[in-house]
Amino acid sequence: MNFEIMLHAGISTGTILLIAAIGEIFAERSGVMNLGVEGMMLLGAMAAFKTAYNTGNVWLALLAAVLAGGVLSLAHALVTIHFQADQTVSGLSLTFLGTGLALVLGEGMTGLNAPTVPNFTLPLLSQIPFIGRVFFTDQNLFVYFGYLLAPLAWYYIYKTKPGLHLRAVGEKPAAADTLGVSVYGVRYLYTFIGGCFAGLSGACISVAITPGWYSNLTTSGQGWIAVALVIFAQWNPMRAMLGGYLFGFLRRLLLDLQGPAMLLGLRNPFFYDHNLVFFLQMLPYVLTVMALVWGSSSARRKRIGAPAALGEPYIRGERGL
Amino acid sequence: MRLQIVKRSEDPPKWLPIATSLGAVVLAFVISGGILAAVGADPLQIYRYFFRSAFGSWGAFSDVMVKATPLILIGLGCALAFRMKLWNIGAEGQFYIGAFFSSMVVMVPLVDVNTTPPIVTIGLMMLLGILGGALYGFIPGLLKAKFGINEIITTLMLNYVAVFWNNYWIFGRWSDAGFQMTPTFPRRVWLPRLADLAKQNPFFSGMTLHVGVIFGLIVAVVLWYIINKSRWGYKINLIGDNPKAARYAGIDIAKNIILVFMFSGALAGLAGMTEVSGVVHRLQERISTSYGFSGVIVAWLAKLDPFAVVLVSILFGALLVAGREIQPSGVSFLIQGTILFLVISSDVLMRYQIRLVNTKKASVEEAA
Amino acid sequence: MLVPTMSVTENILIGLDKPKLALNLKHYDEEVRHLAEQFGIRIDPSAKVWQLSVGEQQRVEILKILYRGARILVMDEPTAVLAPQEADELIATLKGMASQGKSIIFISHKLNEVQEVADRLTILRRGKATAEGIGLEGITRERLASLMVGREVIFNMHKVDREPGEVVLQLEQVSAVNNKNLPALKNVDLCLRAGEILGIAGVAGNGQSELVEVVTGLRECEGKIWLDGKDIANKPPQVSIGGGLAHIPEDRIGVGSAPNLSITKNVIMKNFESEPISHRWQVNYTEAGRHAAELKQKYDILAPSVETQARKLSGGNLQKLILARELSSAPHLIVAMQPTRGLDVGAIEAVQQLLLDQRETGCAILLVSEDLDELMALSDRIAVMYEGEVVGVVDGKEADLNTLGLMMTGSMRGPGSCPPEPAAAGSQEREG
Repeated sequence: MNFEIMLHAGISTGTILLIAAIGEIFAERSGVMNLGVEGMMLLGAMAAFKTAYNTGNVWLALLAAVLAGGVLSLAHALVTIHFQADQTVSGLSLTFLGTGLALVLGEGMTGLNAPTVPNFTLPLLSQIPFIGRVFFTDQNLFVYFGYLLAPLAWYYIYKTKPGLHLRAVGEKPAAADTLGVSVYGVRYLYTFIGGCFAGLSGACISVAITPGWYSNLTTSGQGWIAVALVIFAQWNPMRAMLGGYLFGFLRRLLLDLQGPAMLLGLRNPFFYDHNLVFFLQMLPYVLTVMALVWGSSSARRKRIGAPAALGEPYIRGERGL
Repeated sequence: MRLQIVKRSEDPPKWLPIATSLGAVVLAFVISGGILAAVGADPLQIYRYFFRSAFGSWGAFSDVMVKATPLILIGLGCALAFRMKLWNIGAEGQFYIGAFFSSMVVMVPLVDVNTTPPIVTIGLMMLLGILGGALYGFIPGLLKAKFGINEIITTLMLNYVAVFWNNYWIFGRWSDAGFQMTPTFPRRVWLPRLADLAKQNPFFSGMTLHVGVIFGLIVAVVLWYIINKSRWGYKINLIGDNPKAARYAGIDIAKNIILVFMFSGALAGLAGMTEVSGVVHRLQERISTSYGFSGVIVAWLAKLDPFAVVLVSILFGALLVAGREIQPSGVSFLIQGTILFLVISSDVLMRYQIRLVNTKKASVEEAA
Repeated sequence: MLVPTMSVTENILIGLDKPKLALNLKHYDEEVRHLAEQFGIRIDPSAKVWQLSVGEQQRVEILKILYRGARILVMDEPTAVLAPQEADELIATLKGMASQGKSIIFISHKLNEVQEVADRLTILRRGKATAEGIGLEGITRERLASLMVGREVIFNMHKVDREPGEVVLQLEQVSAVNNKNLPALKNVDLCLRAGEILGIAGVAGNGQSELVEVVTGLRECEGKIWLDGKDIANKPPQVSIGGGLAHIPEDRIGVGSAPNLSITKNVIMKNFESEPISHRWQVNYTEAGRHAAELKQKYDILAPSVETQARKLSGGNLQKLILARELSSAPHLIVAMQPTRGLDVGAIEAVQQLLLDQRETGCAILLVSEDLDELMALSDRIAVMYEGEVVGVVDGKEADLNTLGLMMTGSMRGPGSCPPEPAAAGSQEREG
């Protein structure tokens, strides 16, 4: 039980959630809720692992993951944007479809070894006491990518013109439409981007942070946690970053609780009864629900809400007040 | 000539919903076949095998109905919740908790199984299964009603919690000599099966179909009545169509969210009970092969109609029976996902018409 | 149409080519401020749109178009939500723009307004132009109305004098917050008697919606609301419905009906739990259908059958459906919000007559409207709301547009609401 190691590991596993959540923030900011993150993530993980195994080229693997997630998300985009189907049900079926595809295509890949994305230490920054060891020492390339991704996404959404259009389409599509912004175009684009990030976060699992293919246990519900994180983060990338790391840290903490025989000077029950570990394994999911409860009351207090048009299909000519 | 999509001005014909559902199923098999062929499998052979292992004999059909039983119960529960636009994806968890609650009767034990009349024990197991599922549905219902928390995420998270909860008991406290399951329950608490009639009529020997399927049929009728005839059903339909109007009309929405969630959970819990008492006769790992998720698709494919749920469940039962034997293992997931996708896409046909337009004529009209 | 969560400048920049990537909001705030000054429009460019009043939001819309250098401006019922003085200001701005060479299409159903603002006019009836680009000389209001409706319209409603009866509704010091948690009602006192129509005037967004919601039980509040001597404040809607309150909501489609359900199911929305429509736990849909057919006939709802979905009805017929449902319950109190908005002249006439008929049977009516002509024609008394307060109550017969307008913009106060004896017009005082 070393605090520094737990923080180090928490940031690294939190990066998976962070990448998927930021993708979903983009999609939801445009008004498209994509609950298929879990499916796209799993498909991305499979695509990355299989490509890395077959070609030996890990960069090609990342490309495959991004495309796998992106292409799958286009199915959701078509059905919800053009056919105005219910986004909830469509997202759900996307999860089934992605899971099924990943299992079929990933058949026989379990237990194999494939090349991975490297870990490395940043020369100067790693010299900073404590922070250097936690953030910049022996972290995966994806982790460093995450450090850049969240602030960039924040800047893009709030401080740039395309970000302005993105927010306008998610808040009031009819207003954006009357000013010549293509609502469908924007929604397709960001749903696709969301899918790409979900696929990438899958690759982050299978060829980087916890390498390997373990069929549907590879993601084990992290896609859903990422969706919850978006709500908890109130659609803000910086909060998603914080939440992702916090969640990664808690997960690691729970795992480490089984280790020592003594805990805070008391007999550690998890060390003596291994069946109690099931309760530790429950906790991330319970925590997610609790975070949502907490998040909903704080959002209410601060009057922050979801993008106003989230989940609503846009039909031109139907008057929105 | 070109295709033109126009908004329907009149109601779609009555046969269209059925036709699109059927079409979606057929198309899903075609698409999945394409994917299977692409990965080097022989789809025709898989489907032939599929059909044979599901409908090849009365025995096989009995297996299909065994798989269909929990799907009917869960599908009906989902259909009711979906009518109120409550996305209960937590039937899987409610199923596990129902199974756990009913197992308590034997494992704790709550009654002396050997002296109590079987009908009392089984009745108690049913009651507890229903109670367990309802309680587990109460949690997301309450969170949704009081805090407005997205029920999809809470129910999904609770699914994982339920699985770990069950694991704790079957790996530890109730484990049968270290195996990951409880000891087999005494025959007295098994639900009656067709095979029990084998002495009178050898035709039934080996048929595992149990009375749980009758529960499913009864619930289908009850649900049809609730939806189409009762005050409660009227409220559910009204809330589902326009919650603001329902509130305006003086209907307590929070109360009904919780009630519907509990009802939906209760049916999943009952399904868990029938699986424990009718099929596996103990509590063990993976008693559900994603029934909770298939139930969602069943409800949607049946367009939330109780009797259609029964028919669709049989089809999906066949998918599951065949799916457990064929490789690769994700095929039935793949087909289910594709079916659901096609069904929701085909809904566009309810609202729009696709017409072949003679380009020449159309351009003349436009010019005029 | 504006995005409420964004600032004025952000709203103006949507869809423009100019800043390609980085938004330098400070720079553009300055540009917008400059443009606004040029046309004499008062606005804070960095304010969020949801914080602005409806009148201010309209200025943003106009700025949006001016910023783009547009030459043609289309405005759909722009004054519907404004106080008379604000409307005058808008019309002055529009005339100024026209004189600078801009073309303006001004869509309105207010005939006097059209006569005031337009150079030429076109009249549409059922999608067809019944007059195209005609000049305004020598055209009377009656002539315009008949071109719109296709028949003669009587402008004077049949309204009999009638002594008001017992107090039906009384509000004591009622306060409430809006959806953004900001104060929307501040210590409102009101009083309404049987056989009386109390009009509520005010610029949109000054607490009228919240007032209706607290009375109908859809919003929490502080203070007391007495309905026939029973306190219904903070009680759920079913309590006030049971107490004889009928509610004609502002949003017919979003609140007043279930669009995908049949006319029958919409008609029984409030009495589906009472005999003979239902018995114990079962709804008798045969009986319900009969009831619906009766109302369809009586209220002249045009639809193929009672099985038709509500969303297929026209605005006027949907409103008749809602009126049929609400009035058939023999209410003591009707709360009607914008009952005629968006309807054609013929339907407006029918709805107003129905309300007057109810008044004659002794029903108390709380009528919220942004159409002052309607309020003055129907109301016995008119209460004016400004920033969540009732700033005065005037007698319906003695009310004039100017006084009401001054009160609606907060420039003048009148006497309070209770006691409900007709207030003398002379007692009104100017503030400051």
